[in-house]
Amino acid sequence: MKASLTLLTAAFGLGMATHAAWAEDPIRIGVIAETSAISGVAVPNGAKLAAEEINAAGGVNGRKVEIIEYDDHNSAADAVRAFQRAAQQDKVNAVIASYISEVVLALEPWAGRLHMPMITPGAASNEITKRVHDDYDHLKYVFAGYLASTQIADAVCASGKDLLIDQMKAKTAVVVSEDAAWTIPLDEEYLKCLPAAGIKVLDHIRLSPDTTDFTPIFNKIEGEKPDVMITGISHVGVQPTVQWQQQQVPIAMYGVSSQATSSTFWKDTNGATDGVVFNMFAAPDVAVTPKTIPFAQAYEKKYGIVPGYAGYTAYDDVYMWVDAIRRAGSTDPDKIVAAMETTDYVGTIGRIEFLPKDNTFTHGMRIGPGYISGLMLQWQAGNPVTVWPSNVATGKLKFPAFIKTGG
Amino acid sequence: MLALQILIDGFAISSLYAVGAIGFTLIFGVSGVLNLSHGAIMAVAAIIAWYVAGDLGAGSYGGALAGIATGLALSLVTYGLVVRPIQSSRTIAHEEKEIFVLTSTLLWGLMLQVLVAYIFTDNPKTVQPLVSGVVEILGVRTPRNEIFTAILSWAAIGLLWQLVHRTRAGKSLLAASINPRGLALLGFELSNIYLLVWVIYGVLAGLAGVLLGMFLGVSSDNAGTLTASAFSIVVLGGLGSVTGSLIAAYVVGYLETVTAYLVSPSIRTVPVLLLLVLVVYLRPQGLLGRR
Repeated sequence: MKASLTLLTAAFGLGMATHAAWAEDPIRIGVIAETSAISGVAVPNGAKLAAEEINAAGGVNGRKVEIIEYDDHNSAADAVRAFQRAAQQDKVNAVIASYISEVVLALEPWAGRLHMPMITPGAASNEITKRVHDDYDHLKYVFAGYLASTQIADAVCASGKDLLIDQMKAKTAVVVSEDAAWTIPLDEEYLKCLPAAGIKVLDHIRLSPDTTDFTPIFNKIEGEKPDVMITGISHVGVQPTVQWQQQQVPIAMYGVSSQATSSTFWKDTNGATDGVVFNMFAAPDVAVTPKTIPFAQAYEKKYGIVPGYAGYTAYDDVYMWVDAIRRAGSTDPDKIVAAMETTDYVGTIGRIEFLPKDNTFTHGMRIGPGYISGLMLQWQAGNPVTVWPSNVATGKLKFPAFIKTGG
Repeated sequence: MLALQILIDGFAISSLYAVGAIGFTLIFGVSGVLNLSHGAIMAVAAIIAWYVAGDLGAGSYGGALAGIATGLALSLVTYGLVVRPIQSSRTIAHEEKEIFVLTSTLLWGLMLQVLVAYIFTDNPKTVQPLVSGVVEILGVRTPRNEIFTAILSWAAIGLLWQLVHRTRAGKSLLAASINPRGLALLGFELSNIYLLVWVIYGVLAGLAGVLLGMFLGVSSDNAGTLTASAFSIVVLGGLGSVTGSLIAAYVVGYLETVTAYLVSPSIRTVPVLLLLVLVVYLRPQGLLGRR
């Protein structure tokens, strides 16, 4: 009892001391994500890391940055309630919300109604930025801190000539995506950009995210004899990957596999992910910018795993909000938005600029050389290895024995 | 070729369903308890097996044993902390006990589910298979693990059959499922029989969880579906009938597999639900049910 009292007093004293050090009210940033999912937990983790760094460096003009976390349990209804609470009760200045398009689309009108600046660190549906474009006056508070699905598909196709055609000698593909909002524009673009890159698409399969047994799907794909499967999966990941390996489906998996971007994926699949090729915009082994590797290392030191894709962006998002608030000299939402629109920030995933309101991807990120461009990684013996583009690659494609490639 | 593929895949998944459902039906048959934390117990067993095999470095056998032990431990905790206090309570009216057991096991299952999601995330985990590689069966590439799953499931079912028909404890268990009052009148301690049935259930649920974790992978999110699937099998087979559950497991397994291959994987469970509605409408006691 005595010990705990002392502890309490000490904690209280410490609380007083920290409080006294910060002159003004903190800058509050709400973080809404599903914290019991691999990609989701990276969001608050990345954001907290950024806030700690900013505070350790003295905060923003003497103001502390405070992260307030909300778990939305992957439910749009929970996310909306969290968003309302963040805006009305907890009085946050900006929000970083969810990597799931369905959830972000549900929050978007609320950001407009409550005049609450919001950015998503991972949701990819084109619809998010298209709505901002179509109804700018109301929805200008929304920013997309991740690439739109179309841009992601383009990034995968861009690697096609080097990897698919030259190295894997692939001529045909089957597109396999989960049935979700973000894959609709993704698949549409795959079906355009793969043929343009010289890959013939034999079939297009959309699978239910509730699928537990993927055998019939692999069986069907194998019957069509493609050289490669082009994936678009995020809600599913472990089960198709493990079954692919256990059943020794001889066709490589290549494309977007969001869960594969976290280091826990190797453990969750018992290494079945060996050979899976996936897209990312930053990787722990590539200095995309001078900030990438230090961030990945600090994250791994603090949390024991390398960050999932939304960890990089959530980290950048905190810095960008803080930067926008500093430049705006105010926490007025309209002024923050105006400052955010002029962002030119080098983050962990590249140089970030938001597209203007006349662009169809309004408030989406500018992509291309010098800004943000894609990487392709492959799981090899327990490590994600960057295999494309060649100027930053740290290894060559290497497939497990059961995979047949023309190369 | 496709027919053989369906035959093999359907057999493996059906055997697995059978192991999962038999313990569930046995408890109902003997003590009238519908344990709605069933799916959560299976999922936790699988996730612990994954954790012990990988993170704790115990290897696939150590992991599998830990998973089965987890199933057993959780089963006893469910009985001792959730079901038994309600059964022996004097304040809960007798006719309300059933609904109390239903809701409290449901709640207990949810608690388990949320707890493992909190600790290990709700991402699916796969238990290291005891055997790896594939074999060709008449041109169908079949993972050895799939064959192993079927063999182990049938071994467990066979052992259970031996236990029930060849040992004294097993025979009293069978008798309890037919007429518990008669057995009590003969001087058998019913609480010992209940304990035995929960032990058997725990081992079977743990085994089913571990095998499912090796075969398809398990997430804490699957808990509800797993309970529902065991429940459908048991209702279809006739509540409390072990043989009925066995047959129903194969009906469900094959119906799902045929649907997944010939129609679409995304409506896999729909025909089973339709069949269930039909059975409940035409033959409410199930295929081999007595009640």
